[in-house]
Amino acid sequence: MSVGTLPGPRRGVQPVSLGSAWPTLGPLLVLFVFSAVFSFSTRTFLAAGNLSLIVQQSVIVGTLSIGQTLIILTGGIDLANGAITVLATIVAGRLVNDQNNPALSLLFAIVICIFIGLLVGLLISRLGLPPFIVTLGFLGIVTAATRLIAQGGAFPVTDDLLSWTGNAFNLGGAAVTYGTVVMIGLYLLVSYLLTQTAWGRHIYAIGNNREAARLVGIPVQNRLLSVYCFAALLYGVAAWLALGRIPNADPNALQNGNLDSITAVVIGGTSLFGGRGNIWGTLTGTLIVSVLRNGLTLSGIDPLWQDLVTGILVISAVALDQISRRKQR
Amino acid sequence: MPTPGKIVLEARRIVKRYGHVTALNGADLELRAGEVLAVVGDNGAGKSTMIKVLCGAVIPDEGEVILDGQPVRFHNPLEPRKLGIETVFQDLAVAPALDIATNLFLGREIRCEGALGFWFRRLDKGRMRREAEQEMRALKFHLPSIDSAVENLSGGQRQGVAVARAAIFAKRLVIMDEPTAALGVRESGQVLNLIRTIRDRGLPVILISHNMPHVFEVADRIHIMRLGRRVALTNPQRHTMAQVVAIMTGAVPGDETSANAAADSF
Repeated sequence: MSVGTLPGPRRGVQPVSLGSAWPTLGPLLVLFVFSAVFSFSTRTFLAAGNLSLIVQQSVIVGTLSIGQTLIILTGGIDLANGAITVLATIVAGRLVNDQNNPALSLLFAIVICIFIGLLVGLLISRLGLPPFIVTLGFLGIVTAATRLIAQGGAFPVTDDLLSWTGNAFNLGGAAVTYGTVVMIGLYLLVSYLLTQTAWGRHIYAIGNNREAARLVGIPVQNRLLSVYCFAALLYGVAAWLALGRIPNADPNALQNGNLDSITAVVIGGTSLFGGRGNIWGTLTGTLIVSVLRNGLTLSGIDPLWQDLVTGILVISAVALDQISRRKQR
Repeated sequence: MPTPGKIVLEARRIVKRYGHVTALNGADLELRAGEVLAVVGDNGAGKSTMIKVLCGAVIPDEGEVILDGQPVRFHNPLEPRKLGIETVFQDLAVAPALDIATNLFLGREIRCEGALGFWFRRLDKGRMRREAEQEMRALKFHLPSIDSAVENLSGGQRQGVAVARAAIFAKRLVIMDEPTAALGVRESGQVLNLIRTIRDRGLPVILISHNMPHVFEVADRIHIMRLGRRVALTNPQRHTMAQVVAIMTGAVPGDETSANAAADSF
């Protein structure tokens, strides 16, 4: 044990096995391979308009997946996120039809989201109920509330503010919606929070070893509560993005939002056991699913194949995660 | 023989009952400056409860705890930590996927100075990394790299990280609950070396252990518990391992007079 044996190499120079490299490189590689295949197999895939469409199709699930990533990093899971977003679109849509005050309607919808996040977070952090069960329960409650508020109808939104996120500007020939900019901004924000602040480190530590996190003095309950509230705020923003994409608040929309976001997170290399993963992997995972759907459609292949390939990707991602964890034991 | 250090931490006549079970029955404990005090005892002798009282995890029914001459009452595990008492728990309290520097500063992260730290809550990673490296070097604890994830370390190195964290933040004393229980021979050696280094840097250590060879290797004094109280206070020169075990198990009665003599001769 000599004193001089502590080298100080730059971070990230440890030799990495395939398993431990997956979280960062794997999803990017998959995205690259799919994109390459489709750009050869179809003539239109690489067209600016098509790429812009792929990104637009990713915006809602991409935003839901940010919240899902945070929750999964703590070792939880959220089955209610899509339902919460739909509730927010209905609340905003109905309010703006009744009151004609778009800013207040949107704000109120987002506040309702945060309130639901608060309830979910309190049940999980204070009562210690399993996130799977709590969010499963809220999936039912929120879906029912949405139907009751919608009263069987949908609410077309013509207001400029509510559909603003669907407007686009031109960037090198491709149309970029403001919704896309909002989503990228949220990714940048959460990336900063996760990697540069104590809050982010605590999220990882809680998912990694909750007892250790408690013993070193991290306020575990408050951190969990803050994660569920913040995720719910993101679901509210996702509602705004959804109204921009399709300016019609429909109670039957986004029924697979929860599973799609879990898929994106898992393909993105974040461990379902918590404590490992990163937010950019989630964006990559979201794009992989969109590219797959788009490319297969362009190639004239039955969309059923898309679900099959997505299924294989999810299982592969989880298997790789398991294998790399086993090696490190 | 070194001169007796002043008393850093003292517990007097501690009583803790769980229903009909009396875990601590008027137990005393005294830790002096500059020593490693080993706390030994058979299962159920009360050593775990005693340690939990000292680190705030258990509130005693009777008795008092005195820290540097001041009576203190701990209601939760954060209070002793604020007063400079750090505890290393038996199960490795580390986050395996996070790197060593992050683990060392977990829960006590250092933010950047100025607006960047205050408004943007930005962590000063470079500073934490440098300080972590410095501390590990000062503790003479060899680690591959301060950026390795803790899960890539051996069990001994992981426990070393937990012990080092305690040593970095402790101002008054460190309590270690069976730090070598899960470790192999060589790895235990590393942790025992670390305990000595910590003592030599001026922090007294309370070491709870079942392992007599480890106790005899590092302890300056040995506090023997039986049936919820201290039955003897001795040192490795005065009693052999067999004698300590005999007192622990009640085969030989401990006596507080010899205990006090041992205390004075330290």
